[in-house]
Amino acid sequence: MGILEVKDVGKRFGGLKALSDVNLSVAENTCHAIIGPNGAGKSTLLNCLVGKLIPDTGSVMFQGQSVLGRSPHEINQMGISRVFQTPEIFGDLTVFENMMIPLFAKRDGAYRLHAIESVMNEKSLIEEAEKMLEEVNMLDKRHMHSASMSRGDKRRLEMAMCLVQSPKLLLLDEPTAGMARADTNNTIDLLKQIKDERDITIAIIEHDMHVVFSLADRITVLAQGTPLVEDAPENIKGHPKVQEAYLGEAH
Amino acid sequence: MFGLDKKDSTLLLIVALLTMLAPFIFNPFPTDSGLAQFNAGYPDLMQRFVIFGIFAIGFNILFGLTGYLSFGHAAFLGVGSYSAVWMFKLLSMNIVPAILLSVVIAGLFALVIGFVSLRRTGIYFSILTLAFAQMSFALAYSVLTPLTNGETGLQLTLDDPRILGSSATADGSIPVTNLFGLEMRSAYDLVIGPWSFTFSAGYYVCAIVMLLSFYLAIRIFRSPFGMMLRAIKSNQQRLNYTGLNPKPYTLAAFVISGMYAGLAGGLMAAMDPLAGAERMQWTASGEVVLMTILGGAGTLIGPVLGAGAIKYMENIFSKINDNVLHGWFAFLPDGIEDAIVFIIHPFVGKGWHLTLGIIFMLVVTFLPGGLVEGGQRIARLFNRKKADDPKSASTEPAE
Ligand SMILES: Nc1ncnc2c1ncn2[C@@H]1O[C@H](COP(=O)(O)OP(=O)(O)OP(=O)(O)O)[C@@H](O)[C@H]1O
Ligand SMILES: [Mg+2]
Repeated sequence: MGILEVKDVGKRFGGLKALSDVNLSVAENTCHAIIGPNGAGKSTLLNCLVGKLIPDTGSVMFQGQSVLGRSPHEINQMGISRVFQTPEIFGDLTVFENMMIPLFAKRDGAYRLHAIESVMNEKSLIEEAEKMLEEVNMLDKRHMHSASMSRGDKRRLEMAMCLVQSPKLLLLDEPTAGMARADTNNTIDLLKQIKDERDITIAIIEHDMHVVFSLADRITVLAQGTPLVEDAPENIKGHPKVQEAYLGEAH
Repeated sequence: MFGLDKKDSTLLLIVALLTMLAPFIFNPFPTDSGLAQFNAGYPDLMQRFVIFGIFAIGFNILFGLTGYLSFGHAAFLGVGSYSAVWMFKLLSMNIVPAILLSVVIAGLFALVIGFVSLRRTGIYFSILTLAFAQMSFALAYSVLTPLTNGETGLQLTLDDPRILGSSATADGSIPVTNLFGLEMRSAYDLVIGPWSFTFSAGYYVCAIVMLLSFYLAIRIFRSPFGMMLRAIKSNQQRLNYTGLNPKPYTLAAFVISGMYAGLAGGLMAAMDPLAGAERMQWTASGEVVLMTILGGAGTLIGPVLGAGAIKYMENIFSKINDNVLHGWFAFLPDGIEDAIVFIIHPFVGKGWHLTLGIIFMLVVTFLPGGLVEGGQRIARLFNRKKADDPKSASTEPAE
């Protein structure tokens, strides 16, 4: 039994079959990559895991519990964090404040009113936030207004916000899209380090094959809403079906 | 100091000094000089400054932090006033129970209205709050006449039961509101040369309540709760996926701001024990929106400045009539005098709304951060001139 079990999931948008018969099992403490051409349904699948979409058919179990019908904040509290395809951060807040919010959510749950004590008195949380910022090399930017940062920095911040919650399952939707080569390599190193040091399972959607092959323990190829093959990276590279799916897209 | 950092303590201290010295600050002109009509240091107006300051501080907790724009907050102020007057009628003329009841009842009202209105966001939320406020106004104006005394407004009478007090004083008049014996309308006049300053008990009670409200607002702004509210304004989607439920936070902010409005309404009744439906009208709700935006939404001191500016204009500009204008420009030749008075006429007296409208437009266009941003820009300009060092120009976020 994997930490995440997706069974027979299907999802339609009007007449469009975005997902059909998706079966996926992600083993604990591994990195599972989902690849596939544009419009294959990768983001849709991710949205079904975090409560943004409810699949029409099938089931999604996380640690033996169904996530279907739960709202996104409940699913996060179960231990799933998500990085979006376009960075979602609190643009009006500083980098430091962006880090504090997930820490409060983790410590206090979905709703707790701390209306009187100053944020600045939360010494241990501040320490944690700074440690995480250090890890992603952003400590010097802690007072920056986060909306004014580069896209790559927003990405790293979003990732740090997810990681600081020490999720059991981290979902990444194209985390290196729009990043410069050097930033991409830094991200790979960071994710490798996270994977080695923590008890964390990663499911990653990625177009950049360099990223996929440096990180993934298992790869699922999705095409037109259905998994084509699932295998270890070394078997995926030369797989005829995969070539076909990607070449098919080019025509 | 009091759990605030240095910057916030300084701000609180400045506001405290200004409010405590207000009778001097607002009366800079000798009593019988031509400029005496610009004096705003009389109790009635100063009370209005701080009471509307409280109203706007509370409104800012909702609008400034979460971005949810309510067009119905006057309803909570009105409810607060009615509750307080009922307390004066039934229980005692002491303002403490009256104000406490105002806050509680307004809070309960806000809980119900907020719960329903917060099912929608953006313009739909605003319209829902407006609809609720207009319903409350209609109820107060006609339907609930036994409770509100309809058009006439709720007033004290000589045969109020008043359990912990007397229906009438020994000389047969209606008793006055007091704080454990200290009468709200009692005042002391200090005359120094041609100047005269009035220290009213009512004003100081309101001012101290305002300072406490302001202090509480600073604590909320700096707390994790305040940060959540700003996060709600910034990105609700991210908040959801960070494991937080924005709904109850927003509702809490709505109720808190409703309680502030109730407090303001209660204080109004404590200064002058009557309550009328017009306090709940949509224009009154719109006014607090203007105050907050004019001063600077989301800033600490902005709403207080905005409230002061608007109430000053409402009371001082509106008193400048043609006679006054002719008096000022009498030194000019008759033709020019008439022309100038003709030009200024639409902007003063009953036309003060026009001036307010123009100022509001200018501020929103050129200073989106309100009067506070104006102040910051001026301060920055001076800093730069003084040091001529780009690093000294403060880039700290708005206060
Ligand atoms: N909310 C929606 N409403 C209607 N159609 C949608 C919606 N979301 C996705 N789709 C459609 O579903 C299909 C799968 O989209 P999805 O975003 O999951 O693809 P993807 O694999 O993530 O592609 P990309 O690599 O471009 O991100 C696409 O054809 C898309 O247009
Ligand atoms: Mg996608």
